[in-house]
Amino acid sequence: MEDETRRGHGHTIRVKGKKGGEITFSVEGRIALDNIGVVMQAIKGLMDEMLPSKLTVDLSGLEYLDSAGALVLVEVENRARSASIPFRFANLSQETEGIMALLDRDAISMKPLVAGRGASGFIEEVGDVALGLSRDFVTFMTFLGELLIAVVYCVRHPRSLRWEDVFFYMKRAGVDGLPIVGLINLLLGFVIGIMASEQLSQYEFNVFLGSLVAIAMVKEFGPIMTAILVAGRSGSAFAAEIGTMKVNEEVDALVTMGFDPVRFLAVPKVLAMIIIVPVLTLYADFLGILGGLIVGVADLGLAPYTYFHEIPGSITIFDVLTSLVKTAVFALIISGIGCQKGFQARGGAEAVGKITTSAAVSAIFLIIIVDAAFAMVLKYLS
Amino acid sequence: MTERKPIIVVDALSARYDDDVILEDVSFEVYHGETFIIMGESGCGKSTLLKHMIGLHRPYQGRVVINGVDIFAAGDAELNNVRMDIGVLFQTAALFGSMTLADNVALPIREYMHLSPETVDLIVRMKLGMVNLAGYGNHLPSELSGGMRIRAGLARAMALDPRILFLDEPSAGLDPVTAAEIDILIKRVNEGMRTTMVIITQELESIFNIGSRVIMLDKKEKGIIAEGDPRELRDKSTDPRVVNFFRRRPMASEKKAVTAQNG
Repeated sequence: MEDETRRGHGHTIRVKGKKGGEITFSVEGRIALDNIGVVMQAIKGLMDEMLPSKLTVDLSGLEYLDSAGALVLVEVENRARSASIPFRFANLSQETEGIMALLDRDAISMKPLVAGRGASGFIEEVGDVALGLSRDFVTFMTFLGELLIAVVYCVRHPRSLRWEDVFFYMKRAGVDGLPIVGLINLLLGFVIGIMASEQLSQYEFNVFLGSLVAIAMVKEFGPIMTAILVAGRSGSAFAAEIGTMKVNEEVDALVTMGFDPVRFLAVPKVLAMIIIVPVLTLYADFLGILGGLIVGVADLGLAPYTYFHEIPGSITIFDVLTSLVKTAVFALIISGIGCQKGFQARGGAEAVGKITTSAAVSAIFLIIIVDAAFAMVLKYLS
Repeated sequence: MTERKPIIVVDALSARYDDDVILEDVSFEVYHGETFIIMGESGCGKSTLLKHMIGLHRPYQGRVVINGVDIFAAGDAELNNVRMDIGVLFQTAALFGSMTLADNVALPIREYMHLSPETVDLIVRMKLGMVNLAGYGNHLPSELSGGMRIRAGLARAMALDPRILFLDEPSAGLDPVTAAEIDILIKRVNEGMRTTMVIITQELESIFNIGSRVIMLDKKEKGIIAEGDPRELRDKSTDPRVVNFFRRRPMASEKKAVTAQNG
């Protein structure tokens, strides 16, 4: 006796038998990934409704079944067995049997071997960050030591240094960075000029605009803006380059061939940066002063000669030299952290992304701290 | 198991990288339910052919037709339908390193199907069980061995139950036992699900174990030099290039070079 027919997305379930008695579900049509949710719901609903004492699932009308569809059949069987209902499949075709045989029934109910990686709590995060910072400090100091040894070796054996790499990175960090460093510092000088001109014009001190912009640029903004830009451009690029080599086992290959990876990969980059970043800073200082000149000429009506005339009196050679020394230290920090982070990379693409960001952030953070230290020391020196 | 109905048609395909001609006028058909092997020496264009067949590279000339759809002339919707019907296992498995195995397998299911999270979880566990990785759902790819990564890649390729699976050197670099396990897995999926398999491999053992038909590509010919049942080719072919491949013997010119090198 046919009691009920339920149709769905490409499938039909015919129910034979009386509630609480021997029931047969005839499944027809297709059961596949796109309709398993509906089929599963329908069969579960029918089982709850009909409360069979014995259940048969007839598959003679089944036209298409994929592995997800087979999963539904296994789930129905599991459900019946857990409710102690005698269960069997009827009219299983060879193809259906083949697909059912692929399913590992234990795997479906098996618990993961390791627990899921849930989000950690705030305290745990803070602890992790603190531990990470202390570990970073130790590894950076160790790396600095290795770098120093490698530099001393290169000084004693100049031929061992890869000079072509030094020139390559000088070009990449220096020459290629000219447009962006120039533009940013020109605009920075322009902004300082506008801010200063408002104040100076109130007291008729317009002639000191050049001195003010030059002091700001040479002592502070030129070095720090250049360092921040270089950290973003080159520091992160060094980290990504060495990090990718590390995860691709290229660094291990260097070691097995007898190369010192620090000398081979890091020293040319660090040396190139120490040479080129101070030069880039001089260029930035000059462009910044030019930015101030635009304001002086256009807004305050100063002659270019008047603008430049006061500058030599306010900036000493000592100021320029200390600014360059400071920038060289910044260059060491940027390239050192970039290379060290690169050597720290473990895993795959995600690790490279992480260390690239971390290289730029750590370098900028350290630059600000070192800049503050320089400011204090120079204050007492002068 | 094999019905004589082509599911993939490669028609007069020529492939070039800039001016470098890799394949010239290659034509063949893959039939529904068969395990089709592409073999040949290194650099003969096997991977290039595969990349053209899955639509990653556009051919210089010719067509690739999958399920009756010319994949390079099809619109986005049609192409998407074809893509849902094919699964690809890359040589390095290409699992997403930042995701767990479960998330790797679940990714296409979540993207294309509107299923409840519980159902997706159930399907993922079933797929991982099919490739003998039950319980490894929460592992990251970096925590697995090479063979396990390949199996996980296969589970991801099979996530949407595609009718065609493309496998690029699935057992390259694996130990003989793991390679045999992968072969058994491929055979089980092919027989159980009637999935059409297109496999690039150089492993002779795999070719005989799983291949129902092979084509052999040649670097100099820039195309197919042999086609047929692998055992028949091994036993009956008179082409020295085919004979040498099956006997793992270098070609005369290469032998000379090796002899000269060894003094």
